[in-house]
Amino acid sequence: MRERFISTTTTLLDDDPRTAVVLADISADSFAPAAKRHPDRVVNVGIREQLMLGVAGGLALTGLRPYVHSYAPFLIDRAYEQIKLDLDHQRAGAVLVSVGASYDASAEGRTHQSPGDVALIDTLDAIWTVHVPGHEDEVPALLRAAARHDRPVYVRLSTRTNTVAHPDADKLLVLRRGAGGTVVAVGPMLDRVLAATDGLDVTVAYTHTPRPFDAAGLRAIAGDSVVLVEPYLAGTSARLVTDALSDAPHRLLSLGVGRTDLRRYGPPDDHERWHGLDPATLRERIGRFIDR
Amino acid sequence: MAALRRVTGDVKHAPASLSTLDVLWVLYDRVLRVDPAQPDDPDRDRFLLSKGHGPAAYYAVLATKGFFPADWLDDMAGPASRLGHHPDRTLVPGVEVSSGSLGHGLGLAVGTALGLRAQGLTSPHVYVLVGDAELDEGSNHEAIAYAGATGLDNLTAVVIDNRSATHGWPGGIASRFAVNGWTTVDVDGRDHDEIAAGLRHRPGHGPHVVVARVEPKFGGA
Repeated sequence: MRERFISTTTTLLDDDPRTAVVLADISADSFAPAAKRHPDRVVNVGIREQLMLGVAGGLALTGLRPYVHSYAPFLIDRAYEQIKLDLDHQRAGAVLVSVGASYDASAEGRTHQSPGDVALIDTLDAIWTVHVPGHEDEVPALLRAAARHDRPVYVRLSTRTNTVAHPDADKLLVLRRGAGGTVVAVGPMLDRVLAATDGLDVTVAYTHTPRPFDAAGLRAIAGDSVVLVEPYLAGTSARLVTDALSDAPHRLLSLGVGRTDLRRYGPPDDHERWHGLDPATLRERIGRFIDR
Repeated sequence: MAALRRVTGDVKHAPASLSTLDVLWVLYDRVLRVDPAQPDDPDRDRFLLSKGHGPAAYYAVLATKGFFPADWLDDMAGPASRLGHHPDRTLVPGVEVSSGSLGHGLGLAVGTALGLRAQGLTSPHVYVLVGDAELDEGSNHEAIAYAGATGLDNLTAVVIDNRSATHGWPGGIASRFAVNGWTTVDVDGRDHDEIAAGLRHRPGHGPHVVVARVEPKFGGA
């Protein structure tokens, strides 16, 4: 997905004079050709993430559309106050694009992981759009759409991916129908959910855009048992499900990444399993919930 | 000063406010190309108050210059007031950035300067006012280093030095900027002619800092 981000944003730099890219060394080499052609609009501040966001705010205040990029923990966690005050509080919008997600860099450890990033964005103004693409082919259209307005956007890229792209899943896209419950899969969780629920009598819906949350779409398909499967902190979207179904009796199972620092390395597949997000464990957890 | 006397309520930040008054007046009276009738003119100079606590003097100067009615000053931080203890750009005409948490203005100023340059706007200059204690915030030094390294010459910082930094600045504040490639000048922060001369733009010389010394916040020399 990172390569699609680089190629799409490079094209935007060529085609749209409002586009700017702000980096803190990460991916700077990949933007070198674009930086040669647009030296004033590709800004690498060095390893200075607070400045990266401050610069984005300043660029936005002059009317440019900045795409700001780094590893998720550096972009969102480390510079959170700058996002809150140099973007949100100024009513200045930027497109924040992260890599790393929750455990893509599983061998790097906690310092390079941000399971809490979407939850942090949730503390800001509700105007934020959050995209969590599940396939690289979903990425370009999301980035190009973000260029057409000035509202804040967070795009969470990952090396975890589904086999099939669903570009039209900005609202909940129903992929299976069933009567026993409703399972909502966000981003790269879809293939795991489809495998886990194979043969179960459940509705499966997918979205690559959990913010704004498709409350109307959920109300239209949700029965009394809802399962959320998210690739970031478990429960991040729980309050939105509760809000959407506040007048309908329901049970909610929120699955996602745990809060504990596992202090373990190995490949991402292992971390997926340790967080209970592999198909086998999802099957067990969802099955138990639906059967009750 | 007459306008400033109308502003009451933020006693805690009165020293901070008073420390900025002369620099702010010189900026708005003799330096900045801004017009309250054209607040969105892309060619205007930009002034960013990073030292956002104690904005009473800032409000007084803006009101005196016609950015908003002077009677707004009578009810600062009241329930219906647009003037809070930290300025909000969405509420107060003439305010370029909302500030209050220290250490944000320089980064925003660097971005603003870059954005203007990227769009071929070579006339506007960006000024940002910070406090000497505010420079404790590490975020400032990211901006200082980057602006100096890239020769960002449409940027001028003004540091109000009232000796309020807890551990001071060994070697002087200006040296922190100079080592990063900024041009520097120290001025008496109450002498209007000195301030104006210090703020004079020097094209092609990289970013510039004016260290404006005023009476110490906590007494002494």
